[in-house]
Amino acid sequence: MSLVKVTDVSLHYDSRPVIKNVSLSVDRGEFFVIIGPNGAGKTTLLKVLSGLYPVSEGTVQIRQTPIESYSRKDLARTLALVPQQINADFPFTVAETVLMGRYPHLGLLSVEGKQDLLLAEQAMEFTEVRHLAGRRLGQLSGGERQRVIIARAICQQSKILLLDEPTASLDPAHQLRIMDLMERLRQQEQLTIIMVSHDLNLASTYADRLMLLRDGVVEMIGTPRQVLTQEQLSRSYGCTLLVDEDPLLGTPRVSLVSEKAAATIHNGGGNL
Amino acid sequence: MIGYIPVYKKLIVVTLALSLLLACSMLLGLVVGSSGDSAAAWKLLMGQGETDPTLEVIVWQLRWPRVVLATTVGASLSLGGLVFQALLRNPLAELYILGVSGGSAVGAILGILAGFSLFPGLTLSSFVGSLSVLMLVLLLSSRREGNSDSLLLGGVMVNAFCGAIIMFLISVSKTSQMQKIIFWLMGDLSSAGTDTMPLLLGVLPCFLLIFLLAQPLNLLLTGRESASSMGLNVAAVMLVLLLTASLMVSLTVCHSGLIGFVGLTVPHILRLLLGSDHRILIPACILSGASYLVFCDLLARSLPSQGEMSVGIVTALVGAPLFISLLWRGRR
Repeated sequence: MSLVKVTDVSLHYDSRPVIKNVSLSVDRGEFFVIIGPNGAGKTTLLKVLSGLYPVSEGTVQIRQTPIESYSRKDLARTLALVPQQINADFPFTVAETVLMGRYPHLGLLSVEGKQDLLLAEQAMEFTEVRHLAGRRLGQLSGGERQRVIIARAICQQSKILLLDEPTASLDPAHQLRIMDLMERLRQQEQLTIIMVSHDLNLASTYADRLMLLRDGVVEMIGTPRQVLTQEQLSRSYGCTLLVDEDPLLGTPRVSLVSEKAAATIHNGGGNL
Repeated sequence: MIGYIPVYKKLIVVTLALSLLLACSMLLGLVVGSSGDSAAAWKLLMGQGETDPTLEVIVWQLRWPRVVLATTVGASLSLGGLVFQALLRNPLAELYILGVSGGSAVGAILGILAGFSLFPGLTLSSFVGSLSVLMLVLLLSSRREGNSDSLLLGGVMVNAFCGAIIMFLISVSKTSQMQKIIFWLMGDLSSAGTDTMPLLLGVLPCFLLIFLLAQPLNLLLTGRESASSMGLNVAAVMLVLLLTASLMVSLTVCHSGLIGFVGLTVPHILRLLLGSDHRILIPACILSGASYLVFCDLLARSLPSQGEMSVGIVTALVGAPLFISLLWRGRR
């Protein structure tokens, strides 16, 4: 039984098609990663899934119910979006930001009770930002801020988490920290994770299934082993990519091949 | 939780402290003035000594309406500034700077020329004026999301345009209407009379409605899509806030003319002191905006040795340098 089901969805932006006949289904507890070249429509698709963009054609169903029949608050209780960044021009503290995640669960006056504070504390503990609770968002580093946004999404207590390139612009240590956090969330809280990523190796390591999107069209959906092949990737991305096996996990490993390296290969120097 | 004070605790402390401040400044506004001595006025208020009928008239029929008008106008203008800063996600947004007050003035001057009465005719025409400018400003900001410079430039141009229209209207108007119009441009509170009651009745529901939308305002500040993904109906909330804030400002501008920078100065200082949570900021803005304008008006009517100056001069003298310093800091 699929938790998120997208059937033949198309979306036009200024009469220009951005997504064309996309279908996919994601099961409960799955780690699903959307990859593809720039401008493929990955972020747009994520926003369609979070109900921010209405579709031009097709249907999006969350828990067998069309997404349009959810109220905004109901939808927020079901799925949480983790944007790349949030506006930090106004000096909210970390605790205030995380507590905003309680909004869909609160009444008109939105005053948080003990239970809400406890949940926020747990969420901050989970993403390791609790020691920053009183700090202002603008004073944090990119990685810390990303963990605050994730804590806010956890505090929202939705069972589906949608992430837009959460590891972009982070150093390797922070990338790993975020991805391991996602993995723990999935295992401990049984969350379903749908993520857009540019990092093929992170996708290969963590994803159950991948979706390769190009020019708004689904090229392939499958396990990392099925999707991350040298032919498929080189065709979709329009450049030479070397795929071999990760020595630790046995998952596909993707390397960039520079012009210089490609020349070496053609001269018989490599084992491509 | 470490580093977090529950909202209701903060709210109680802030409201009590600022109410006390407001009470003090209102008392000061009643006691101090260019005519009559302050000690006698104090005794009158405390019910001590024999009553001087002239002083009684000065305190209760001249100063009291004026203090009440100052509190209402100050509260509305600062709250209006706060709301627009949140809606446009720009700490520099202010009704006067964005040209919204200018639009409101054009509407009102047209109303004066057409011979409308203060309520509802004039209020309505200034409401239409402010709302049209607001739509224009929003259109400008939506086309270039996040670009605060173009928003401010747009505001300056709208202001210049409104200024030109006002000058045009002045040059074609009859001398009898001229004085009424000039009053608009100066921004002062000397018109205060007993007819300020409808104003109070009109702005109080606006205050309440905006306070109820405090948490949505917080969410909006993190970005529209972010707010929407947390369960906020962004379009509906924005529309309600826009209409409420414009109505509130039009109601006050009708009585006070163009008083600038209050909506910049007060929210800015409060954000520095109290942070960004609008559940605290909204009541704080209402109370301290009121105190601020009572105090500014006090300066305006007691500083000049002869007569008085308009309160708009005082608020601009404080607000404009603050605006420049904010712009300077933002550039670095």
